[in-house]
Amino acid sequence: MDKDTVRKVAGLARIRMNDAELEAMALKLGKIMGFVEQLGEINTDNVAPLASVVDIDLRLREDKVTDGNCVDDVLANAPEKTQGFFVVPKIVE
Amino acid sequence: MSTLVQGETGQWEVVIGMEVHAQVIEESKLFSGASTKFGAEPNTQVSLVDAAMPGMLPVLNERAVEQAVKTGLGLNSQINKHSVFARKNYFYPDLPQGYQISQYDQPIVGKGKIEIDLKDGQTKEIGITRLHLEQDAGKSVHDQHPSKSYVDLNRSGCALMEIVSEPDIRGAEEATAYLSKLRMILRYLGTCDGNMEEGSMRADVNVSVRKPGDNLGTRAEIKNVNSVKAVQMAVEYEVARQIALIEGGGKVVQETRLWDPDKGETRSMRSKEEAHDYRYFPDPDLLPLELSEELIEKVRKTLPELPDQKKHRFVEKFGLSGYDANVLIAEKERADYFEDVAKGRDAKQAANWVINELLGILNKNGIEITDSPVKAAQLGGLIDLITDNTISGKIAKDVFAEMYKTGKDAAAIVEEKGLKQVTDTGAIEKIVDAVIAANPDNVAAYKSGKDKLFGFFVGQVMKETQGKANPAVVNELLKKKLS
Repeated sequence: MDKDTVRKVAGLARIRMNDAELEAMALKLGKIMGFVEQLGEINTDNVAPLASVVDIDLRLREDKVTDGNCVDDVLANAPEKTQGFFVVPKIVE
Repeated sequence: MSTLVQGETGQWEVVIGMEVHAQVIEESKLFSGASTKFGAEPNTQVSLVDAAMPGMLPVLNERAVEQAVKTGLGLNSQINKHSVFARKNYFYPDLPQGYQISQYDQPIVGKGKIEIDLKDGQTKEIGITRLHLEQDAGKSVHDQHPSKSYVDLNRSGCALMEIVSEPDIRGAEEATAYLSKLRMILRYLGTCDGNMEEGSMRADVNVSVRKPGDNLGTRAEIKNVNSVKAVQMAVEYEVARQIALIEGGGKVVQETRLWDPDKGETRSMRSKEEAHDYRYFPDPDLLPLELSEELIEKVRKTLPELPDQKKHRFVEKFGLSGYDANVLIAEKERADYFEDVAKGRDAKQAANWVINELLGILNKNGIEITDSPVKAAQLGGLIDLITDNTISGKIAKDVFAEMYKTGKDAAAIVEEKGLKQVTDTGAIEKIVDAVIAANPDNVAAYKSGKDKLFGFFVGQVMKETQGKANPAVVNELLKKKLS
């Protein structure tokens, strides 16, 4: 994996990395990708994608209000809050 | 009708596809049990799932699934029995998960179509590409602080249906007709309230232009188009911008543009561009959604009569014009009101009263038909009084105005004010005679060929009787006496 790809992925994940870190990460990620790519050697033609290893259906819930009204819990870890809002740096363009 | 737009170098064809986000009517959110009610205090309708606390797991709301299926059936679309939820990854402060749970290559609803009504009475088919379920984001408030934004997650996790059209739309009129019809269908189905002001229905419009016969031009995606009027204005602005750009030697750039309703223009949102790498993948927290034939059939049985079916029935069964039928079906409540009035009565007369008198005054006062002071049975009662000759059509309008003001029944008002039509020929004849005797000059003029004076005599008789004389009797008597 090259450094530019790592830089792009880091950017998408909002992780700042310097050149040395990019270099090191490219090496590590490359190894991981190489390992995973072994899966590509298996012929999966005519094999349906496996969504789960257990044979169950997606469970649905009834449309009822059973949650919410816990604004204090929701905001408990917010670095900044006011009048029930999360407060973040200005994001308007 | 031509939909081409004239530019400096010739005519241009406008190609539009729309993505409409419609909030699903349901009590709780798509994947959590928090309430979806509009207008609550900030962050009070947020569960730990919606706030994306670590370890929380989404559990799908069965009603959202049924509503999506119902909408798909209403859009004449294919229902996909197997669909998959996927993560769409991007960072924004009002998206605490860091991804939106959406559907990507396997949506719950596939191809369909709807019919739109154009001003010249024509209809046109617009293809539906797909409908998928996804989570809404929270809301950011930018105007409360000079350097901070405030985030409210009440809307975060509410179920949205994203409805994507084929690029079959040609121009602003068709775009507004499409949005109006889609909104109407959703409201009939009861799957979205269509309230664009509160943001429960929002449109993104993809616009491009090309010379007729050419390949598709580069498109711009316009966001924040939040009313039917805004669609009209944004499309017109964007089409003019793109044509002027190309004719001036420039190129349209594929980009996201924001509609600014205050300035009446679209402008580039460049910062959105780099974020367009969404890295979709199937959400490992959710299994694929499998729909049974039973469920689809159960939902199909709950489908109401849809706007187009209703329109065709009104035209065929009641003999209404296409225009009148379109006015009446625009709101389901309006159509229901009309049918109540028309029951056992002349449908065209009922339609005239509902459209011209009732809707006229309701619109003027900004009142919904469900809150009308004159109920359907009462308007029917008024029409009955005209039909059995108790009052004339002219007096009926005065009675209607009084009904609107007081909420009383027509018969009570007629009784109270002594407005009963005089059909007694003897009584009317006396007045006719008096009018003729009092206007010898006009009688002579009429007899010498001034036919228009007939109206004068009718008017005089009506004035004498305060409009209560039966017009047919008056006409008949006058014709006899003046000949």
